[in-house]
Amino acid sequence: MGLILSEDQLILRDMAKNFFDEKSPMERMRTLRDTNDDTGFTRELWKEMGELGWISILLPEALGGADMGYGELGVVLSECGRALAPEPFMSTVLLGGNAILLGGSEPLQKDLLPDVSTGDRILAMAFQEQGRFAPYAVETRATKDGGGFKIRGEKLFVLDGHVANQIVVVARTSGSSGERDGLSLFVVDANSAGVEVQRTQMLDGRNAARIRFEDTAVDAGRVLGEIDAGADVLDAVFDRATIGLCAEMLGTFEEAFERTLEYLKNREQFGVKIGTFQALRHRASEMYGELEFARSVVRDAQSSIDDGRDDVAQMASAAKARCSDVGNLIGGEAVQMHGGIGMTDEEDVGLFFKRLKAAELTLGDAIYHRNRYASLRGY
Amino acid sequence: MASIEDFRQEVRDFIETSLPAQLRVGNRKDLPGAPLGKWITALVERGWVTPEWPTEYGGGGLDRKHAAALKAELKAVRAPIISSFGTSMLGPTLLEFGNEAQKKEFLPPISRHEIKWCQGYSEPGAGSDLASLQTRAEKKGDEYIITGQKIWTTGADKADWIFCLVRTDTDVPKHDGISFILFPMNQPEIEVSPLHLIDGTAEFSQVFFNGARAKAEHLVGPVNGGWTIAKRLLQHERSVEGGSEGGLSGAAKETYVDIVKREIGFENGVLANATIRQQLAQQELDAQALKLTMARAREEARAGQTARDIGSLGKYRWANMVKSEQDLVMTALGSQGLGWDGPGFEETQLERTKAWLITRADSIWGGTNEVQLNVIAKRVLQIPE
Repeated sequence: MGLILSEDQLILRDMAKNFFDEKSPMERMRTLRDTNDDTGFTRELWKEMGELGWISILLPEALGGADMGYGELGVVLSECGRALAPEPFMSTVLLGGNAILLGGSEPLQKDLLPDVSTGDRILAMAFQEQGRFAPYAVETRATKDGGGFKIRGEKLFVLDGHVANQIVVVARTSGSSGERDGLSLFVVDANSAGVEVQRTQMLDGRNAARIRFEDTAVDAGRVLGEIDAGADVLDAVFDRATIGLCAEMLGTFEEAFERTLEYLKNREQFGVKIGTFQALRHRASEMYGELEFARSVVRDAQSSIDDGRDDVAQMASAAKARCSDVGNLIGGEAVQMHGGIGMTDEEDVGLFFKRLKAAELTLGDAIYHRNRYASLRGY
Repeated sequence: MASIEDFRQEVRDFIETSLPAQLRVGNRKDLPGAPLGKWITALVERGWVTPEWPTEYGGGGLDRKHAAALKAELKAVRAPIISSFGTSMLGPTLLEFGNEAQKKEFLPPISRHEIKWCQGYSEPGAGSDLASLQTRAEKKGDEYIITGQKIWTTGADKADWIFCLVRTDTDVPKHDGISFILFPMNQPEIEVSPLHLIDGTAEFSQVFFNGARAKAEHLVGPVNGGWTIAKRLLQHERSVEGGSEGGLSGAAKETYVDIVKREIGFENGVLANATIRQQLAQQELDAQALKLTMARAREEARAGQTARDIGSLGKYRWANMVKSEQDLVMTALGSQGLGWDGPGFEETQLERTKAWLITRADSIWGGTNEVQLNVIAKRVLQIPE
C-alpha cells in the first residue's frame, strides 16, 4: 500500500535527515542567496548525494541506479524540503532525468544518465512559455533541417536553466498552441549555437532561466518519444515530477508547521503563552488536519507510480491541488502566528513561506489541478 | 473454526435461503415488516446480529476475520444492517466493564434484538461539557432514586431501557462523581417529550426523571467510575459514525456527483459552471483524503509506528465532508431544493432537503467541531492550556 513508511524507508529518512542537519543548515541556503552564488546550489553536496545513490534512485540497475521507487525518492525529497536545500532534484532528476528515462533511446540514456547520477551533469527542462502552467501551450517550433531539426522560440521559468548542461526542450512539430498533438521533445546541448540563457532569480532564492532558441540545431537521435506524440512522454514526466515536488513541499510545510507549533508553545504575550488562546489553537488544529491529509495523499500518489496503478494522473493532481493549498495555509499562518518577527528576513519562517509559493506555481497550482482532476473524473 | 472460504460459502448459502430479494435494498425505512422480522430471526438463530460476541451471551462467537467476512457478504447483497444502541454501543461497553450477572442479564436480549435501548447522556446544561451533568442518583436501600433531565435522547419514546450517566457524588471534581447505570423506561416517574427538529423529524426527546428507580445491581463498573465508561462508549459511537455513509437512506441512490452533473449540465465537455466544478472536485478530493488518512492511521497502528489519536480529526473532517456534500447538492438543486411537502417536488428532492437540514447536526453531536479542534490542540499537538 505504501501509506506508511517501510523499515527501509524509515532508515533512509533518518539518514537523509542527519545528512541535511549536518551539511545543510539554513545558513547555507542564506549564503547561496546573499552572495548571489553563480551556481545557486552546492555542487560538492550534490555530488555527495550522487555517491549516496540518491540522484539515481529511480534508474534501473543497468544504468547504475538503485531501481527503487517514488516511495524512497519521496523520503529524500521531503528531507530536502525540510532543509530548503536548493539542490537540483527537480530540474535534473524529476524533469530532465525522467524525460530521458521515459522517452530516451537506450544509447541516449547510456550516453547521458551515468554522468547525471554522479552529480556531474545538470539537466533542465524547457517547457513553459506563459505565466501560468499550461502544458500544451507551446509556440516554440522545431522544423526539419537535413537529418535533424532546428528549434526556434522562447521559454520561461526553466528551473536551473542557468547551469544545465543539457536541456530537454518541448517544441511543436505540427499543429498549433494548446493542442496535445504535434509536440516533440528534444535534448539540446546547452553549448549549442543559438542557445541564449538569461538567469532569473526567484523569491525563494532559487534560479530559473529564460532561454531563447535561435534556430538551434539538434540531432534526430536526440528526440525523446515519438515526433508529434511527445505529449505521451510529457504527461508522464509532469505527473511524476508533480508527485516528487509534492513530496518536497510536504517536508517544507511539515517543518514550517513544527516551528510554528514550537513558537505557540513558547512565545508569551499578555503574561501567558500565546498557544493558550483558543483562536490560535483551533487554527493550529486545522493546519494539523490539512497536513495529515496532504501526507496521506502524497504517499498514495507515490504508490500509484510504484505499484503501476492506472490512476497516476488523477493522484498527481489530487496531491498538487492539496499541497498547493496546504502550502499557502501553513506558509501564511506560519508568518502570521510569528507576528512581527515573522516579517523579518532574520526569522527563517519567511523562507519557508516563499519556497512554498514558488512550489505552488511550479507545474500548476490548486485551481489548475482541480480542473484537471475534474476532467479526469469526467466532469 | 471453518476456513474463511468455507465460511463465506456458508454465509452465501444462508443468504440464499433466508434473505428474500425485496430486502436486498440496503437500509431503508420502508422495508416490509414481516419478511424483515423473519430475516432478523434467522440472524438471531446463528448469533449473527452480534457476530463477534461470545456464544454464551447470544453472540456468534466469530473471530475478527470471520466476522469481517460475514459483514462483507451481507454488504455485497445489500442486506439491511441490523444494529442498535444495544449492539453497537451498550453491548461492547458491558463486555468490557460489566460484571458477569450484568452480562448474562442484558447481552442475550440485545443479541436477540429484543430490547430497545436509549442513551441518557446530554443534558440542557451539559452538552459539549458533558461532565458537568447534574442528573442525581441517590442510593436508598438496594435502589437508586434518579432525579433530573436528559436531552437529545434518540428513540426515548420507543425505548424499553436506558443507559444513563448520573451524578452519584457532588462533593468531588466533576469527572469523579459520575456513575453509569441502567434502568427501565416504563415507569410513572419518567416523562418523555419529543423534540421537533429543523428537518421536521422528532427522533430525539427530552426525558424527565422525577424520582425514577434503578436497581443498585444495575450500576455498571465502580460507583463514581462512570466517566471512564462514558468516554469508552463514545469511542464506539465515533466508530459507528465514521462507518456510515452520510445518513441518506437507500431511496437517494444518486450520489452528489450524479446530482451536480445532472443539474448543472455540461458545456464543451465540462461542467457548465466553473466555480461549482472546482467545488465538486474539492469535495471529492476531501473525501478521498479523509479515507486515505483513516486507512493510514490504521496501518500505522498495526505497524506500531505511532499511537496518535486520529478519532477527533476523523470526526471533525467527516462532519465537514458530510455537510459540504449536502451544501453542494442544495446549490445544484436551486429552488427545487427548497420544497417542504406536497406536490411540485419529487420525493428524492424532498429527501435531499431534509438531509441537508439534518446533517447540520453532524458537526454538533458526538462532540462539536469546536470540541474536536480543542481535543486535537490539547491531546495531539500537546499545546499547553
